[in-house]
Amino acid sequence: MIFLRYPFDEKTVRSLKAGDAVSISGIIHTGRDKFHKHFADGGAINVDFRDGALYHCGPVVVRDGDGWRVKAAGPTTSVRENPYEPAFIAKSGVRLIIGKGGMDSATLEALGLYGAVYIQAVGGAAAIYADAVKRVAGVDMLDEFGAAEACWHFEVEDFRGVVAMDSRGRSLFDEVYSSSASRCRELIQQAR
Amino acid sequence: MNSLERLIRDTSSFLPDDVEAALRRAVRKEPHGSSAHVVLKTILDNVALARRNHTPLCQDTGTLVFYVEAALRKKATPEKIRAAVAEATRRGWLRKNCIDSIDGRSYDDNCAEDAPLIHYSENVKGVRLLMKGGGSENMSRQYSLPDTSIHAGRDLNGVRNAILDAVLKTQGYGCAPGILGVCIGGDRATGYEVAKEQLLRRLDDISPDPRLARLEKDILKSANTLGIGPMGLGGKTTLLGVKIASRPRVPASFFVTIAYMCWACRRN
Repeated sequence: MIFLRYPFDEKTVRSLKAGDAVSISGIIHTGRDKFHKHFADGGAINVDFRDGALYHCGPVVVRDGDGWRVKAAGPTTSVRENPYEPAFIAKSGVRLIIGKGGMDSATLEALGLYGAVYIQAVGGAAAIYADAVKRVAGVDMLDEFGAAEACWHFEVEDFRGVVAMDSRGRSLFDEVYSSSASRCRELIQQAR
Repeated sequence: MNSLERLIRDTSSFLPDDVEAALRRAVRKEPHGSSAHVVLKTILDNVALARRNHTPLCQDTGTLVFYVEAALRKKATPEKIRAAVAEATRRGWLRKNCIDSIDGRSYDDNCAEDAPLIHYSENVKGVRLLMKGGGSENMSRQYSLPDTSIHAGRDLNGVRNAILDAVLKTQGYGCAPGILGVCIGGDRATGYEVAKEQLLRRLDDISPDPRLARLEKDILKSANTLGIGPMGLGGKTTLLGVKIASRPRVPASFFVTIAYMCWACRRN
């Protein structure tokens, strides 16, 4: 297990390899569909993503006195942000993209160019990720985007995931797909 | 809390013991520090935490399907079931998860026409509930044999190839390791219905038809040699179970329908 703490410096992030298990602590920011569209349309974002982390997540957050409490915070499917992510990586200086299911070759290329990685969080693990959020440090664009799509600033402790796409051009998803597809062809041939 | 509300809460928060046991067997097969090990460990920690806190196992609390013993028709009425769903939503055991398909507005109590779905049947004991998330429902598919692209003729080998192809195409989407419910034959609608019903079976339940029992075992074994693994990051366990049923067909049709269920298999 590799322990990462915000700020995530370029050297450390570039040393991460596809398949590394990681535990993340410090500040991470959520952003999904509306966030990416807003950014692509040239909208302002009052968050400094340099050496930071973006989490594809639509959390369930409820008011708790003056603050907030996170009830569920699992990852959402990342492919929907494919059209926007390379430009976001280039302009924001983000180092960790956290989500589910992987992203396309243009994003993989951007990870290499700017020194970032894609981390697979465990789909469906809503309770464990809500538990990893120790404090809600703030929220942006809550009124415009609604609670599920807002940009939440979470202080996390031991947020676990696996580096699935690294800055050296490796994607576990591509590798697993091609090896499983050839094994599947073998199995189908055997049956004939 | 009445018994229907308790049923919903427990289905949302408790993973069935046979599924949890299968995940425990899976984690033991993976080397420490591997992606598969990390993913399975996280899943098992999540299962324990959701059970302890009575919180949803997964934030997508899914499409609710109630299967009710016909004799209980007067006790577990649609009105009572809907009231329990509304209360469970209010108490946070269910997400506001029901949207009008025409204008996109939310039914905040999860109740609308045919939501939740309720089936009264002679073949069910008591009141059962299946909660299936969108990510897995999107991965359910139907094949029409013959299908030359996957060398699938109209026999059990063809059925096998169709099911393996479905497992291959699900990677990266449905949260693996998953469970397959399969229906061979029937018309298209029956195929999807019967395939989904197979997901109510326990993992240790074996088809009484020895031909289907053999197929269930063979596909589970073969699919787990694909190496797709937990969350598609590679590993020895891609499927936790395969449950197959068959229905008669007309000579002109041969459907194979596959209902995919993610690891968060919520049934009660």
